[in-house]
Amino acid sequence: MLRLTSSRLGSLLAGRPTAALTFSIKGRAASQQSHEVSEALDMSRPMYYDRVDMPLPDKPYKDVLSEAEQKLKQKEKGPWSQLTNEEKVALYRLKFCQSYSEMRAPSAEWKTVLGGVLFFLGFTGLVVWWQRIYVYPPRPRTLEDDWKAMQLQRMLDMRINPVEGLSAKWDYDKGQWK
Amino acid sequence: MLRALSRLSTSGFRSVARTRTGYSAPLASRCYSHGKVETEEEFDSRWVTYFSKPDIDAWELRKGMNTLIGYDLVPEPKILDSALRACRRLNDLASAIRILEAVKDKAGPHKEIYPYVIQELKPTLTELGISTPEELGID
Repeated sequence: MLRLTSSRLGSLLAGRPTAALTFSIKGRAASQQSHEVSEALDMSRPMYYDRVDMPLPDKPYKDVLSEAEQKLKQKEKGPWSQLTNEEKVALYRLKFCQSYSEMRAPSAEWKTVLGGVLFFLGFTGLVVWWQRIYVYPPRPRTLEDDWKAMQLQRMLDMRINPVEGLSAKWDYDKGQWK
Repeated sequence: MLRALSRLSTSGFRSVARTRTGYSAPLASRCYSHGKVETEEEFDSRWVTYFSKPDIDAWELRKGMNTLIGYDLVPEPKILDSALRACRRLNDLASAIRILEAVKDKAGPHKEIYPYVIQELKPTLTELGISTPEELGID
């Protein structure tokens, strides 16, 4: 007997790549007519699924029928033109959970995802700001402007890269960059 | 596929829809260079025969439909007619409506295919008393 707990089911479904193949599995839980997988699914028995590429699942969505529903099923054996539109919809909903348009309907999940991403980026920014105040060591003396000026002067005095580099670009007669 | 597209640009609506529904590359996904290529007519009649079995059972109907929808084509109205009659023999109105929904979904961006199919199936739909998803408001 194959059993699948709802936590593993969640991670199984999380990786589905395309919307067209996303489906919700309703196994034995469907017989209790719930939309949540609230108990271990028996994967060894026929399961219900809503898939756009497989229109007729292995079992109907609702297989425990009330009295009225059973009467409706009896009426289905006669001419269908005698069924009202409401009865036809009821028969459809007995057999299927979501219609095709409901399966295809877009969700607003992307807003949640984008919002979550931006929120955590912002949080990271706050963390970096705090770090700059409380964690970073003092700024090195060698990065001050006066130190850098003295450093540059020393490099020019030493004639660093006199052919094609630094000192080659300095005009020693005029005391300025070429 | 390309043949169908060039026909699209030159033919009228009806013939376009007729060439596109049921059009399949020579038995689609099988790439054999030997072996006979099945014509569209043979494909259609094979499926019509499948669904016309008088004592078809529910499993065969489900298997047939799921397989048919798996192909890279929109089934011809005559195949769908046969499938709808099979639903009638099985006293299964819900599956009949589901089949119509699946056809509409199968047509994808080609919005002219589904109305054509419904138009072709209208006599059968009225005869058997099947309402379209639009009539029932579940579209």
